[in-house]
Amino acid sequence: MTSQNNGLKSYLSAHMKDYGLLFALIAIMAFFQIMTDGTLMRPVNITNLFLQNSYIIVMALGMLIVIVAGHIDLSVGSVMGFIGALAAVMIVNWDMPVWVTIPICVALGGVIGAAQGYWVAYWKIPSFIATLAGMLVFRGASLWLLEGQSVGPFPQSFQVLSTGFIGDFFSRETTAPIAELVGSRNFNVLSLSVGVISAMVIVWLGLRQRARGKAYGIEGEPSAFFWGRNIIVLGALIFLSFKLATFRGLPNVLLTMGILIVFYAFVTEKTVIGRRIYALGGNEKAAKLSGIKTERLTFFAFVNMGVLAAIAGLIFAARLNTATPKAGFGMELDVIAAVFIGGASMSGGSGKIVGAVVGAFIMGVLNNGMSILGIGIDYQQMIKGLVLLAAVVFDVYNKQKQA
Amino acid sequence: MSILLEMREITKEFPGVKALDRVNLQVAEGEIHAICGENGAGKSTLMKVLSGVYPAGSYDGEIHYDGQLAEFRTLRDSEDRGIVIIHQELALVPELSIAENLFIGNERAQKGVMNWHETFQETEQLLKKVGLKDSPGTQVDKIGVGKQQLVEIAKALAKDVRLLILDEPTAALQENDSRKLLDLMLELKAQGVTCIIISHKLNEVRYVADSVTVIRDGMTVSTLDAKAGLSEDDIVRDMVGRDMSNRYPDRERRAGDLLLEVEGWNVWHPEHSERQVIKDISFNVRAGEVVGIAGVMGSGRTELAMSIFGQSWGRNISGTAKLRGSAMDVSTVDRAINGGLAYVTEDRKSLGLVLDETIQFNTTLANLEEVSAKGVLNPNEETKAAEYYRKALRTRTPSVFQKVGNLSGGNQQKVVLGKWLFTGPEVLILDEPTRGIDVGAKYEIYAIINELSAQGKGVVMISSEMPELLGMCDRIYVMNEGAFVGEMPAAEATQERIMSLIVTE
Repeated sequence: MTSQNNGLKSYLSAHMKDYGLLFALIAIMAFFQIMTDGTLMRPVNITNLFLQNSYIIVMALGMLIVIVAGHIDLSVGSVMGFIGALAAVMIVNWDMPVWVTIPICVALGGVIGAAQGYWVAYWKIPSFIATLAGMLVFRGASLWLLEGQSVGPFPQSFQVLSTGFIGDFFSRETTAPIAELVGSRNFNVLSLSVGVISAMVIVWLGLRQRARGKAYGIEGEPSAFFWGRNIIVLGALIFLSFKLATFRGLPNVLLTMGILIVFYAFVTEKTVIGRRIYALGGNEKAAKLSGIKTERLTFFAFVNMGVLAAIAGLIFAARLNTATPKAGFGMELDVIAAVFIGGASMSGGSGKIVGAVVGAFIMGVLNNGMSILGIGIDYQQMIKGLVLLAAVVFDVYNKQKQA
Repeated sequence: MSILLEMREITKEFPGVKALDRVNLQVAEGEIHAICGENGAGKSTLMKVLSGVYPAGSYDGEIHYDGQLAEFRTLRDSEDRGIVIIHQELALVPELSIAENLFIGNERAQKGVMNWHETFQETEQLLKKVGLKDSPGTQVDKIGVGKQQLVEIAKALAKDVRLLILDEPTAALQENDSRKLLDLMLELKAQGVTCIIISHKLNEVRYVADSVTVIRDGMTVSTLDAKAGLSEDDIVRDMVGRDMSNRYPDRERRAGDLLLEVEGWNVWHPEHSERQVIKDISFNVRAGEVVGIAGVMGSGRTELAMSIFGQSWGRNISGTAKLRGSAMDVSTVDRAINGGLAYVTEDRKSLGLVLDETIQFNTTLANLEEVSAKGVLNPNEETKAAEYYRKALRTRTPSVFQKVGNLSGGNQQKVVLGKWLFTGPEVLILDEPTRGIDVGAKYEIYAIINELSAQGKGVVMISSEMPELLGMCDRIYVMNEGAFVGEMPAAEATQERIMSLIVTE
């Protein structure tokens, strides 16, 4: 029994980073849930949490890849603002249809990323400098494009990008008895089903991987941890989807975000390209001598970042229903902070998509919870700064203990 | 002669491992004492205990220095008593001048303001002592590694050293620079400085040492008196705990058909475009043959290998490469790999491995196609491949999920070899395959090379250790200043013959 306990203990200490992050998020949520007398977890607030943080999370996905590749992108806030401004000008001023505007904006994001990535990848200009230049250029470009004015409002067809909800497959009348039962005004069956099904899929995938690993004789996670972790994730997903169901259902943005998160988690962890990005960040020269086209990979990391910044720009503009010249100022720092809180290393080569997403939620819950409590923006900034420092110190401390 | 240093029954434990187990060491005043042992035997740990890196109290046993019980708590404590360690990795600041480097942490200054006059004057005296003629203002990265090593020694002298400890001082040096350094040690001895040298190079140990302590698996095996004459085999036997009369495993030598042919290879320097680094080189490798390339450091051996391997070095590269008689595309690294070439770098830490990643990650890195389908990785296939090479190469590690950064040099080298074997190469270019690894692991690497040759692969072996080339190769090319100046069957080659070819050209 003791030897088994030791095994669990050593496993936990080796994977403290992964579990620590999840525990931190749960602890922070529990703290604010109590402090706000339950406001934090009210359906409307949970919906808000997703809406408020969606663009940060979308950009954090791209930023994680850039940081794992050993670089940084300081321009994303400005690019996001610029694309939002462009969308506003195209739709509101030039009366262009939404379905034309969106692909053009996303493509332009890719071109902007390429324009910066080109210097970093092929000219070896430090990314800090190349993207600092980009940040200044696109701040100016937003001002120029909007001529210093706010432009809006957007037509409904554009706003749904952020504020829309996915319709239920049952009518309101059909679900009314359930709504009455749980004591809410309506009940969205789709939301709950998506939550339950995705929770099932996650557990099934985990079980399948364990079974395969066993067939190859690989010792996986101890089963206590596997089930513990899965029950938490399962519970959280079903709980959240239930809460959303009692409000207005699944926000469109949550769907976009969910698809992107799954896609990037898959690419970084399961594919050859993902593996090569980690190798590039871990040791560029060794990667190059292993036949990896490091320049091209760096270039595409920035192209990808540009595309995601553009998507975030569209979501952001749709949410505010207007484009302002100062949109996105300083946002790059929130994105970078989320990635580092999520456990990525400054020197490249390590970090996970799930970590970056959890990191972004930690920041988001802090923002949201402190705002509900009425804590001033001055204290909020200070606290967020200290949380960032604490997260990184915790990480470094863990590494030293292991060495 | 009096005893300057005595370490008694030193035991040092780390969680789960006993790094040192009742080690005894006695160093007499004014002698040069060598410490030999395989990698991981505990030599460096012992020196860290001595110098206070592991403070008194964190180990068991006693250190007596200069007749007193010494309890060093920091590096500074031991330096104050005149004990200075020079590490394998030099601790110089490359952007600063020699003079600035000599007095780092020990500045000649009044109230925090540098006294440059005194700094430079003392530097000149110290440089004279170690036989360096460079000006004190020279930036350290402008002088070679050999001279940097001498600067390190001058730095130790600036601290009034009584006991100088050199950890693998000649590992990165060429023959003549090593000789200079060893002669300097003898000179310092004459001036009354006591030295401890840790070295893998037994001929050097024999050249300078008065006595030798051999450590194996954290225990003192023997202390040998070298003044009466000592053979390398005596030391090797104690180091590995078995007789090593044959340091190179036997191999059935039979060269098959022509495998790799390189013709008219020319390469220019990537930054100084007027400098031709490789001059019209042609060579070939047959199936099952081990071909050596001898030459001093800087002769262009690594540059030749890397320029062939996907043009990873140099510019304006011209020449042809053929595999089994048909032209080979080696214009990029992945094409060279697909064509059947593998290059095992001399610098495994910075060019060969991703140190923060696992053995498995590194093993499959150069051939991810093999463990993936449609761009999606199969982690179980990866583990299978990594396990296969762990067993085949006898890499000593608890599992393939171990970070390679935590492995010893010999095991890291096996991971690099496994990574390249996994690409299924026809010809392997091994650049200094046994640099910085111990005798036992060397033997295993040699055995792997023989195994490859038995499978009909071609092996090109670049090495600065001539006995290794003579012992392992079928044929040896001699390289000097970017050109091949000779070729001979290994059976007819001697160290003298190779050296004379290099010198006369």
